[in-house]
Amino acid sequence: MLNTVYRLVAPRTIVPVVVSQDTAGKVVVRPTHLSICNADQRYYQGIRGKEVLDKKLPMALIHEGIGRVVSDDSGTFKSGDSVVMLPNAPVEKDDYIAENYLRSSKFCGSGFDGFMQESMVLPPERVVLLPQDAASEVAAFTELVSVAMHAISRFDAIAHGRRDRIGVWGDGNMGYIVSLLLRLRHPDSKVVVFGRNALKLNDFTFVDETHLVGDVAGVQLVDHAFECAGGEGSVAAIEQIIDLINPEGTVSLLGVSENNVPISTRMVLEKGLRLFGSSRSGRKDFEDTVELYRERPEVLDYLSALVCSVNEAAQIADISRAFEDDIHKPMGKTVIKWNM
Amino acid sequence: MQFAAILAGGSGVRMGNPSKPKQFFYLGDRPILVHTLEKFCAAGCFDGILVLTPGTWIQQTKDIVKKFCPQYADSIAVIAGGAERNDTIMNAISYFESKCNADDGAIIVTHDAVRPFVSLRIIEDNIAAALKYGACDTVVPATDTIVESQNGEVISSIPNRSILYQGQTPQSFNMRDLKETLQSLSAEESAILTDACKAFVLRGKDVALVRGDVANIKITYPQDLRVAESMLGA
Repeated sequence: MLNTVYRLVAPRTIVPVVVSQDTAGKVVVRPTHLSICNADQRYYQGIRGKEVLDKKLPMALIHEGIGRVVSDDSGTFKSGDSVVMLPNAPVEKDDYIAENYLRSSKFCGSGFDGFMQESMVLPPERVVLLPQDAASEVAAFTELVSVAMHAISRFDAIAHGRRDRIGVWGDGNMGYIVSLLLRLRHPDSKVVVFGRNALKLNDFTFVDETHLVGDVAGVQLVDHAFECAGGEGSVAAIEQIIDLINPEGTVSLLGVSENNVPISTRMVLEKGLRLFGSSRSGRKDFEDTVELYRERPEVLDYLSALVCSVNEAAQIADISRAFEDDIHKPMGKTVIKWNM
Repeated sequence: MQFAAILAGGSGVRMGNPSKPKQFFYLGDRPILVHTLEKFCAAGCFDGILVLTPGTWIQQTKDIVKKFCPQYADSIAVIAGGAERNDTIMNAISYFESKCNADDGAIIVTHDAVRPFVSLRIIEDNIAAALKYGACDTVVPATDTIVESQNGEVISSIPNRSILYQGQTPQSFNMRDLKETLQSLSAEESAILTDACKAFVLRGKDVALVRGDVANIKITYPQDLRVAESMLGA
């Protein structure tokens, strides 16, 4: 089937290209709501290095999105089903390495075309059914929620059992989602959030404590920590985590930084800390996230606070406008209502 | 109920090969017609999809469908078109009524086989508009200045371009309404009406506009095929 893909060919330049795709045994999904991630912005604005851009472009952006099944030759879904699309496409299975860490896996919007397409032609294992009543603007960034879900699952498997106080560094989208999921998954733990912006911290109504990172005198140490700052904030966040964490704690690193981050390994050694990285997510994390939507629908209400704007896209100029608006947003997610 | 009629009755005269209808020329690795059919099948919203082809090409059309899109072969029927476009559409209506039990509210989406770049959005918008208005035409705003000449020698008027559109396909209708409208045409009217939407307008019926796409080109001449090839990416 001929399918139009809207590719970024150079910073801020999107062009349509028609590709022929085989629909045999596949699910054809019409994207309905897409969500812009900072990683997309780094490509859109040309912030990534020239070598990376030369290697990865042209490429359709966006790896967070939901859609509606229009047809399914595999017989797994029915027309009209609301589904979340999985950006990670493993090409092999490994007994020890999860699909999102396999170097061979393909990831939409990072080397392979993302969801900015007329339709996504996907194998059924890359599609997960959403609850029909899930708010589309919120479900659009289910991928981001699944990344938090993945990080917490890894934490559950790695961290020692004393989890009285869990610290989250970062008052942005990821910090918000990780804190929210920790609250639900670990109701007996105290969730403590550290951020730089008091106004943003006020929105973390579901946690036990919030602290400005410049005012932590007397704050009780945490048993484990999640670093959700990313970017230039990673250095200070990790430094403070090492200061404020109890020995033998785990530090889950989620923030992406373009530059190398110096870490006080002396204190990591002295405290016997375990630092582990968490990135992206796999099918199981998506399924767990959707299950959480079903079991605890209030989580969708909390997540709706992150929807900063919903921009309709019926032509390429609308897509560009959504990306430009997203650059200036104070916080939250820019959702594109996709009608291309 | 919703039905699609893919009009593949054209000849290949303007493509420079009168013996081969243009919809059977290859675009990429398969005939143009196959690309168009794949889009309508993948749309997943039709109770029947019918190809109307020259009588001498029925068997080959069936072979092509089986060969290139076997997963859709069972959902595509092939019959002969008529002498004129509206005759072909009437053949389609008769088929859907007799073979598919089309009801009074049924929608028929008619589309040129040689417009393979039609999008799912355009198909969906057609169905929605036909359900709401009873008839619709897919259009794009006119970009060239349109000049009218009554005698073919001098300009009689130049209409305001901002209110002009170029027609594409699909054109979609309430099937019963379309049948009644086409049947109401006199022989003279039929002779000059090559467009079903025009028949609706002639009868004072609303025809809604559906936003088309400049990419939804019609492959008529050899140069169109070269443009189409260049639109295909890796």
